[in-house]
Amino acid sequence: MKKIAQSIFDYVDDRFKVKGLIEFSKHKKVPEHEYSFWYYFGGISLFLAGIQIATGIMLLLYYTPSIEAAHESIQFIMSQVKFGWLIRSVHSWTANILIGILFVHMFSTFFLKAYRKPRELTWITGFFLLILFMAFGFSGYLLPWNELSYAATRVGTDIAGSLPLVGKWLKTVILGGPGISQATLSRFFWFHVALLPMAAFFLMAIHVLLVQTLGMSIPIKIKDKKHKEISFFPDFIYKDALGWTLILVLIGVICVFLPWEVGKKADPFAATPLGIKPEWYFTFMFTTLKIIPGHVLFFEGEQLAILAFMIGGLIWLLAPYLDRKSARDQRSPLFTWIGIAVLLYIIVFTVLTYAVPKL
Amino acid sequence: MIKRIILLASLMGLCLLPGAVLAQKNSCLECHKGLDAELKAPAEAFAQDIHQQFGLTCKDCHGGNPALDDVDKAKDKTFKGAPKRAQIPEFCARCHSDTAYMRRFNPNLRVDQLSQYATSKHGQRLKAGDTKAAVCTDCHGVHGIQTAKYPKSMTFPWNIPQTCSRCHSDAAYMKAYGIPTDQMAKYKESVHAQALFDTKDMSAPTCNSCHGNHGAFPPEVKSVASVCRQCHPSTGDLFTKSPHKKAFDDLGQSECEACHGNHKIERPTTAMLGTADKSVCLQCHDKGSKGYTAAGELRSLLDGFEKRVEANAATLEIAEKKGVEVSDPAFKLKDVNTVLISAKNLVHGLSLTEIKKKLAEGDQTLADIEKAGAAALDEAKFRRKGLIIATVLLALFGVALFFKIRSMRKAD
Repeated sequence: MKKIAQSIFDYVDDRFKVKGLIEFSKHKKVPEHEYSFWYYFGGISLFLAGIQIATGIMLLLYYTPSIEAAHESIQFIMSQVKFGWLIRSVHSWTANILIGILFVHMFSTFFLKAYRKPRELTWITGFFLLILFMAFGFSGYLLPWNELSYAATRVGTDIAGSLPLVGKWLKTVILGGPGISQATLSRFFWFHVALLPMAAFFLMAIHVLLVQTLGMSIPIKIKDKKHKEISFFPDFIYKDALGWTLILVLIGVICVFLPWEVGKKADPFAATPLGIKPEWYFTFMFTTLKIIPGHVLFFEGEQLAILAFMIGGLIWLLAPYLDRKSARDQRSPLFTWIGIAVLLYIIVFTVLTYAVPKL
Repeated sequence: MIKRIILLASLMGLCLLPGAVLAQKNSCLECHKGLDAELKAPAEAFAQDIHQQFGLTCKDCHGGNPALDDVDKAKDKTFKGAPKRAQIPEFCARCHSDTAYMRRFNPNLRVDQLSQYATSKHGQRLKAGDTKAAVCTDCHGVHGIQTAKYPKSMTFPWNIPQTCSRCHSDAAYMKAYGIPTDQMAKYKESVHAQALFDTKDMSAPTCNSCHGNHGAFPPEVKSVASVCRQCHPSTGDLFTKSPHKKAFDDLGQSECEACHGNHKIERPTTAMLGTADKSVCLQCHDKGSKGYTAAGELRSLLDGFEKRVEANAATLEIAEKKGVEVSDPAFKLKDVNTVLISAKNLVHGLSLTEIKKKLAEGDQTLADIEKAGAAALDEAKFRRKGLIIATVLLALFGVALFFKIRSMRKAD
């Protein structure tokens, strides 16, 4: 048996030079210190992205991207397909958990200033990956073609439509016409299963490659202190796998007790249900747009808020270049406070959306 | 040449301008808006009035010359002022009974309100000199009159009970007439009010649906059945063919009202049938009579089917709470419910054979739902068992990993 395994390994190694990769993994070291807990969120994100790919491919087998049959196909998956309920619930729940984990991963990176030189590109690719996964969420939310997803898409695209100058054009491009129709569903489906996965694969490859070649960043605070190192393979991978196992149990429990609902089929002529809101990760922006006054000085409130989000996002993206102190390995409390302010803002406005729905 | 034409046109425009300004002038509104609350209110309310929206002004009802600023001159010989209460129906009817005039604004609007009003209890009392009787303005408002299609209008379906009850629920106001004042309170508890107020069903009956509007009159015993048949024709047909029809006629009973009541018509249940306390059958059928036995049979027949429907609904609800997708059997259950409602309606025809035939239509579907419900509960159990097994396996894997990591740490 051992001989067979060895010969298979040799066959593969002759062609793919796997030994080199294993040697690299064995010699690659990961620092271990009081903050190394935060390193694992990247691996968990990758694991969850893998679950999404696997379950997404399985859902493609039965999902029909047409406004006449999309809702029915989801209902069929949930009620008739063996383990269809599990696959679809895992896909929907994991999408939300993944974005939550990505936020944790991004803020931990920010607070530990892991974005500093030479990891600027890791930060930038990570930032765009978060945007991509949010776009995955937005496009995927419409696919079941139910009442809530239909209304939330209308709200979301209305926001895009209020962008200065390009708003109307952008909304038409997103929707494939003046309103939500078959063209929108086809477009969202295409985004969700073709364009976004391709872009995400490309960015994830660069992101992981950068992490592997540059290694883990050591926080400025403990940079000069002596710390332990463990091998990437198998030590770090074992610990990562423990995290994956825990999250898998969590997903399983949620899916069995709270399978993702099918909802009522979308009716374009029905009134928008009361209290409609987008997916939770968009609510901080949604609530801001809701409460901002109609006019602020000479500007339209909504447009000003969108402009502020765009400028804020750009500053966040360029943090590695703007934070000169951490680039010189010096502590930069200003950016820590900026991070705290942004985090508090997101938390407060997200909580407000659910706690005070009539805001 | 072109310059001359432009100059001439400009001069003509300038000449026409004062006339145009004068034609739009309404000194009534200008003056009344500056007066005290009571005199200011008509001017302010008129902005929302349907008459104003059709281009009518104060002078169309009250006369006078609004083009003049001087109050004395504005109140010229055509000025009518406010009509006395007893004159209001005729005052409104000057236009509203004029077919040719009304056609200019709304060709579909009826013009027989005054003649209908004359036949109404309100009209009869007013003619007899009772100025407390309702006139047009009591139900339509005065200067803020809206069409019945406008949700804030006093005559919009869900505002009608409130409009009528302003007088009819006022015990002091109605004392002289010796009629009850609890109609509104009773109506609010009715199935009709639930449909109107809770589900916002605009077709649900309100006061005027049964009593009429301009010709409002309490329905007589003989006409109650016809009133109900306007919305419940199939029930009425069944009743007409049933043995009850002759019996009710002989007894001089008002058909529907005898069992269902009038203002407080509750949602009918099988409890209205049979031989128990709440049964309406006992009003006429004594113990041991043929009707008494038939009432018992009807009740047990419908109860048996209804209990099966309820049990299935409960099963599906449990399965749904446990996360199993049951929308298909739940949809089928709606079909079965329709069968049950039809069977309940057949009670008015009193044919046990017809009722049994109708219930049999839902039997097979109900059996399928029972099967689907049981399968859904089994599926819920299976999922929980599967979760336990998977969790145990993953936990074992996790523990193994944990010990492996610990052993590696020790080795370091």
